[in-house]
Amino acid sequence: MAMVKNKSVGSVLFNVLNYAFFALMMIICIMPVWHVACASFSNASWVLNQTGIIWRISGFNLNGYQMVFSNNNIVTGYLNTFFYVIASTIIGMFFTVMAAYALSRKDFLWANPLMLGISFTMMFSGGIIPFYLVVTQNLNMYDSRWALIIPSCMSAFNLILVRTALQGVPASLEESAMLDGAGRFTILFRIMLPLIKATLATVVLYFVIGNWNSWFNAMIFLRTRSKFPLQLILREILITADSSTTTAMGSATETGDSTLYKQLIKYCTIMVSTVPMFIFYPFIQKYFESGVMIGAIKG
Amino acid sequence: MSKTVTASASGGSVRIYHKYSLHNIKKDFVKNWPLFVMVAPAIAFFIIFCYMPMGGLLMAFENYKPKLGLLGSEFVGLKNFADFFGSIYAWRVIRNTLILSLLQLGIEFPFTIFFALMLNELGSQKYKRTVQTVSYMPNFISMVVVAGIIVDFCASDGAITSIIGAITGNYDNLLANPSYWRPIYVISDLWQGVGFGSVIYVAALAGVDKSLYEAAEIDGANRFQRILHVTIPGIMNTIMIMLILRIGQMLSVGYEKTILLYNSQVYETADIISSFVYRKGLQEFNYGYSTAVSLFNSVINFALLCISNAISKKYTESGLF
Repeated sequence: MAMVKNKSVGSVLFNVLNYAFFALMMIICIMPVWHVACASFSNASWVLNQTGIIWRISGFNLNGYQMVFSNNNIVTGYLNTFFYVIASTIIGMFFTVMAAYALSRKDFLWANPLMLGISFTMMFSGGIIPFYLVVTQNLNMYDSRWALIIPSCMSAFNLILVRTALQGVPASLEESAMLDGAGRFTILFRIMLPLIKATLATVVLYFVIGNWNSWFNAMIFLRTRSKFPLQLILREILITADSSTTTAMGSATETGDSTLYKQLIKYCTIMVSTVPMFIFYPFIQKYFESGVMIGAIKG
Repeated sequence: MSKTVTASASGGSVRIYHKYSLHNIKKDFVKNWPLFVMVAPAIAFFIIFCYMPMGGLLMAFENYKPKLGLLGSEFVGLKNFADFFGSIYAWRVIRNTLILSLLQLGIEFPFTIFFALMLNELGSQKYKRTVQTVSYMPNFISMVVVAGIIVDFCASDGAITSIIGAITGNYDNLLANPSYWRPIYVISDLWQGVGFGSVIYVAALAGVDKSLYEAAEIDGANRFQRILHVTIPGIMNTIMIMLILRIGQMLSVGYEKTILLYNSQVYETADIISSFVYRKGLQEFNYGYSTAVSLFNSVINFALLCISNAISKKYTESGLF
């Protein structure tokens, strides 16, 4: 009887508080995004005069988006990002999958020492300056598109994820394929990879999101504007407030009032760069969770 | 971990080869050459982009000039280190890095665990899923956009500034004020990281034996006691591993947000080791000096990781390596 009473008072109160806590957490998570979304569809001068959080759309219009999409920097930035993401993901996945397979084979004499060498790079690195000099001096990739594709296309972490999945495939499958005369490449691409689709999806998503959001390498390696990925253009518009980008957009309108549209353009560019991820996101959520778990188990 | 000798001896007549004897190496190569082909690009990648930069650390002891190269530059011993530790910057950047790290460890780390524990107590699975979907979302927003939103909210007419201004009467840009830097940094980190950071604990919580809860309930444990005596011990290994990782990264506070948001007005609290290395090395082209600072940082990190791993192994039997 005492237990039932305990449940009906303390536990109910706890539940109510807990549900309220997470409702608050969700509001906090959504609030900044909601603010940006509402503002991006609102009237430019109304947005400019707001000082607090923007909760609603006022004077719905798409002027900001029109300006953003008619801006060459943003359009080329978008295309560049697509190119970098696709190229880097394909090359990175190809190398990662092959290496992970070789390193997951128990009968490969060098698997453990090589794996040790690769894992060590997660714990100790030469740091940013020697890395920068290797890419720019030794490889001569300064201001080259390759600098955004090759140097970041592999990571020990992703390799470990794929290797762990391949180790989980029963050895008998490979043995019987070998008896049938299949080579290593055939075994990997025809037999193994279809069996670890979930892990591959996870790793591809890590690649895509990481590359989509990356800006630092572009900032240190690129100088020519026409090669800039979207995030670097965004940085100019949102943070360094390099007015050349925004002014060009503002003066292109009939009003010619660049300061009026500056704020609105910021909100619209945030939306334009982030919405693809949001559309993508619900589909990939479960893969990310599984990726984190595999990563955690292997450390 | 590594077996140095494989004895294939079943009788006296079979020769015993060292695992990496010439005989075994030849045999392995003949049989496994396709594996060598497969692993070759990865080896090349890690040598070029990870081990060559490690070799480049030599420039920490040189007055490095790109024209003269790594082997042609003047060797100066520990001068770069002496310059750094003798400068007013050393204490400033180490202090700022440590404070931010400790704030993350003291606030973000426990809050993430708390978040997962409370999530685990939610009765409705549907509500739980919704909370997870919504709270993971900020993790996928790019750092540039997050920084852009921070700039907007902290500008003199921004949403946060208007709240702070109503209290203090000061409506100046918050990012120009050194005393607001750490709160801004930590709170935005919380916003972006707590939800997704909790994934790992949620996964661990799903693995806690359900019968333990029933047993505790029969013993008369209330909800709070169950969390304390069943749930938390159940995920203690995960907590320890995350703690090791966290401590191993003690001196490597991410530079992205700092580089995006800081300015010379707030260096006093904002400048951290990694942003200092970036500024000295890639903006002022002081390669040797900044590499020395970065090497100091890497060595400390590596040592911290090894120490915390050893401690964890000793007391909780869970470690990374």
